[in-house]
Amino acid sequence: MNVTIVDYQSGNISSVINSFTEVSKGKVNLEVTSEINKIKSSDKIVLPGQGSFKSCVDSLNSINGLVDTLKDFAITNKKPLLGICVGLQMFADIGYEETETKGLGWIAGKVSKIDNQNGKFKLPHIGWNEIDIQKESKIFKDIENKSHMYFVHSYEFIPQDKSVISATTDYSSEIVCAVEKENLFGTQFHPEKSDKTGLKIIDNFLKL
Amino acid sequence: MLKNRIIPCLDVKNGRVVKGINFVELKDAGDPVEQAKIYSDGGADEICFLDITASNENRETIIDIVRKTAKECFVPLTVGGGVRSIQNITDLLLAGADKVSINTAAVKNVNFVKDASKKFGSQCIVVAIDAKKVSENKWEVFTHGGRNKTGIDAVEFAKQVETNGAGEILLTSMDRDGTKSGYDVELLKVITDSTNIPVIASGGVGTLDHLYDGIVKGGASAVLAASIFHYGEFKIKEVKEYLNSKNVSVRL
Repeated sequence: MNVTIVDYQSGNISSVINSFTEVSKGKVNLEVTSEINKIKSSDKIVLPGQGSFKSCVDSLNSINGLVDTLKDFAITNKKPLLGICVGLQMFADIGYEETETKGLGWIAGKVSKIDNQNGKFKLPHIGWNEIDIQKESKIFKDIENKSHMYFVHSYEFIPQDKSVISATTDYSSEIVCAVEKENLFGTQFHPEKSDKTGLKIIDNFLKL
Repeated sequence: MLKNRIIPCLDVKNGRVVKGINFVELKDAGDPVEQAKIYSDGGADEICFLDITASNENRETIIDIVRKTAKECFVPLTVGGGVRSIQNITDLLLAGADKVSINTAAVKNVNFVKDASKKFGSQCIVVAIDAKKVSENKWEVFTHGGRNKTGIDAVEFAKQVETNGAGEILLTSMDRDGTKSGYDVELLKVITDSTNIPVIASGGVGTLDHLYDGIVKGGASAVLAASIFHYGEFKIKEVKEYLNSKNVSVRL
């Protein structure tokens, strides 16, 4: 099986590479690239994302043909894709970080700043928080409800269709922290930094 | 609910842990990679390396340590000490660090924090503030490991680095560091009240109650400690169980 971590210069993806390397040892052929042909021939794709919504979208768009290739992969061919953090947020139609920016538009919805109730909650939302599983998701196989995951973000994805939400977390309000829509998976938290439970989620994705 | 983080800090000098844990199971007590792994397996919420190597020639050493640690520890890894340039940050992040902690360079050049957070995102920029009490309710920023006075008010500086895009503040009381007499809770409180980003408390932990005070009385989002873990006085698990028993929420 060929799995590609999309490297589109979106900041620090070393941890994503390390954790996928650890979990996939000997089982999966892992590539870290933005080469269109390699992406096309992949069985699964991981779309990481760090920094702002705008900077990530701009980086994706700066690589010729990348957005269309990803769309063919995930929307037309319906092959499994996992978005992490801003990688998930970019599934949305629109994001409001820095300035209003168009997202990939794969799952209808928007990305807005977490309402921290006038400073009552510190932002970024940094640290370990429990996830409340909302529906069965393939990447949550053998993951207990209320497991701890590592978060670091100030913006949240608000999908229009609530049925895509697979988990939420409690921070000033119920924040969407995982989605599953057919072949599309996304986590707001960082499975690559979430210790053994996080690695299990990665393993589940690789075993799909 | 967001959990309060327990962060063990490893001081590394020329590639070796200073004040290392003296565990019998350790093959090499001075190996930072092995020690980080013990902390991570023991339930540490993050690992912090502080590079106290004096010379620039040895920068490669810490990068190599980060590279090896990141392949074995799957919790966030913060690296501080000698972070002076965008290139330093790039090197550390590429090696596998998740965050870098900037100290002296943040004071010397106010734009550095701004540039770094713009380039890498606030999520990986921690500003380490070393503060010393100068009069009643007044603390001043010190640099170079507490040797140099800057004349800068710690509260004003904390607000400024938040504005400039720091994602977190690592606040060390120079009065308490190494004394085991507890965090400077007043300092913590004034900084956590005047900023809206998470504050990590550091400097002075000697007992489990000190950790409790840092979180509950000082308002810290995370507590960092070195020697209580290094000397094996407490294991991470014991710390968490204690805090949990006193209704402080932690990741168990």
